[in-house]
Amino acid sequence: MTDLLAQLPQDPMLERRRLVQATAAKTQRSRATRSSLFTTLISACLALAVVPLFLVIAALIVRGGKVITWTFLTQAPLQPTIFDQETIGGVGNAILGSLVVDGVAALVAVPVGIVLGLYLAETESRWANALRSVTEIMTGLPSILLGIFAFIYVVTNMHTYSGLAASVALAMLMTPVITKAAETALRAVPRTLTEAGLALGARQSKVSLKVVLPVAAPGIITGVLLALARAIGETAPLLFVIGASIRYDWNPLHAMSALPLMTYQYSSAAYDSQHTAAWGVGLILVIIVLLLNISARLISAYMRRERH
Amino acid sequence: MTVQSSSELIERSLVRGMMPRTKPGRSYNYVLRGVALLFTAVLALFVWSVLHQSWPAWSTYGLHIITGNNWAPAANDFGALPLILATVLTAGVALLFAVPIGIGTALTLNFLVPRRLAGPLTTTVELLAAVPSVVYGLWGLNVIVPWMSTTAQPWLASITNGGWPFSGNAIGLGIATASVVLAVMVLPTIVAISRDVIGTVPRDLVEGALSLGATRSQVLTRVVIPNAKVGLLGAVSLGAGRALGETIAVAMVIGSSPSMPHSLFSLGSTLASTIATQYTDAPQMHMAALGALAVILMVMTASVNALARALVNRGTKGAS
Repeated sequence: MTDLLAQLPQDPMLERRRLVQATAAKTQRSRATRSSLFTTLISACLALAVVPLFLVIAALIVRGGKVITWTFLTQAPLQPTIFDQETIGGVGNAILGSLVVDGVAALVAVPVGIVLGLYLAETESRWANALRSVTEIMTGLPSILLGIFAFIYVVTNMHTYSGLAASVALAMLMTPVITKAAETALRAVPRTLTEAGLALGARQSKVSLKVVLPVAAPGIITGVLLALARAIGETAPLLFVIGASIRYDWNPLHAMSALPLMTYQYSSAAYDSQHTAAWGVGLILVIIVLLLNISARLISAYMRRERH
Repeated sequence: MTVQSSSELIERSLVRGMMPRTKPGRSYNYVLRGVALLFTAVLALFVWSVLHQSWPAWSTYGLHIITGNNWAPAANDFGALPLILATVLTAGVALLFAVPIGIGTALTLNFLVPRRLAGPLTTTVELLAAVPSVVYGLWGLNVIVPWMSTTAQPWLASITNGGWPFSGNAIGLGIATASVVLAVMVLPTIVAISRDVIGTVPRDLVEGALSLGATRSQVLTRVVIPNAKVGLLGAVSLGAGRALGETIAVAMVIGSSPSMPHSLFSLGSTLASTIATQYTDAPQMHMAALGALAVILMVMTASVNALARALVNRGTKGAS
């Protein structure tokens, strides 16, 4: 039998295959070593990428954890003196300021962002495409430019630093993020739902508001939470518009302060107690931001489970 | 008042509810378009305001603002070349670290890690993006700066024997440190986009290569990366855009000295960090010059971002 096979004319394809197999067998060892080296290398990359988050959080807890007390959370800051370096008061005014400033910004950015998302999801035109590109580019613009915008229009016209000016800058920052999330969520709603609504005789507006919007709600809420998380952590747009007041004040028309700004100021302040306080404020900030992020993630995970 | 029969009532309410009295959804469309128009107007106002503020500087100094190599507000000399160079340098060095690590991480998450672990690990990397930049600044200033000055910088200087690019005093603050902090900050962006892009490489190609006996590294470097090339470039550009515009963290660790950077250890000041540290209480012409910096920064980041978006869109669409 084998003799018979040997007498057949050689098949060029078989010949080729034999060559490939021989080469593969010969290089197997070196390719395997190279492969395991490469996979070790990129796994090390993953390890390197994960480490900084834990380093940052560990540093925040170790250096800032002990300053967080009830007084620290509720009192207004005090200026320490050389004789009394430990008296720094608290950051209650900054917590309040962050709440008011981001709240006012959200009050504007959430409805505008959702309506823009509806517009972009429902309109197919060159104009809508251009607007979509511009909002996407907006999300990548340095936030300090928005601070300049707020300074030019709000601070110079009101002749005073104010929480409102900071809200204007942050609303500009949040709107494109919410728009993007809303558009994505709205587009993911099955077309059949819209058509069923229209077939029942409801208007486009009614279908959009009563059918499509509720279905897309979890995605939109996720986007809003992420936008809020981003806005709460921003320092650059507040720098020259918020006024860095050290007093308690509800009124956004007056100068205020905010958590990220407090961290920035304390980090370069004169006394050690203030440096420690900077870590404390940073810890509060990171806790808030991570909570917002994790709840956003939980909502979107829940949404994904619902759909399948 | 005539008493209406119930059937008549039902009929009227039905007609009222169902039949469009006007053209369908007209006011609704007006609201949508109105908000879109309003938002566009605000955006235009935003761009115009920055341009307008910088106008005196451009008309007085012209292109000297871009090419001049001395930024001395006290002497009314506004040449932003050192700032532009520091901006590009810090972003470039940051990408040098962040790109290989980021793409390696994305490959690992997509192909090596078991599915159950991939989710939490991805979340961990993405949470890096959530940490506010002021916190990175704080961490950089108190942890990275001392580490750089006592460990990393002496070691680097010993490699080149104190020559370029590691010349100068190892004081911790400066361009090298800013780059390290920036690398950590842009990493999650690069990982997230790379993962999306790599996810669109057709499964058949990968499995085909594996069935032919290719090893993992061969599949990844010869099938996956070439197929995802365009999108990966987009991910890198998006990271670059973020690095160029980062403000607070850089301002805290770069040393804020607007001199020409002559080594990686020298102090510097980027476009964004200069605006952040000098804008408050700047006199007229100084503020106009800072506005000019804002214009340069806006043009730089907007074009890098537009390029990035185009690449990412092409990369994810072309492959699927």
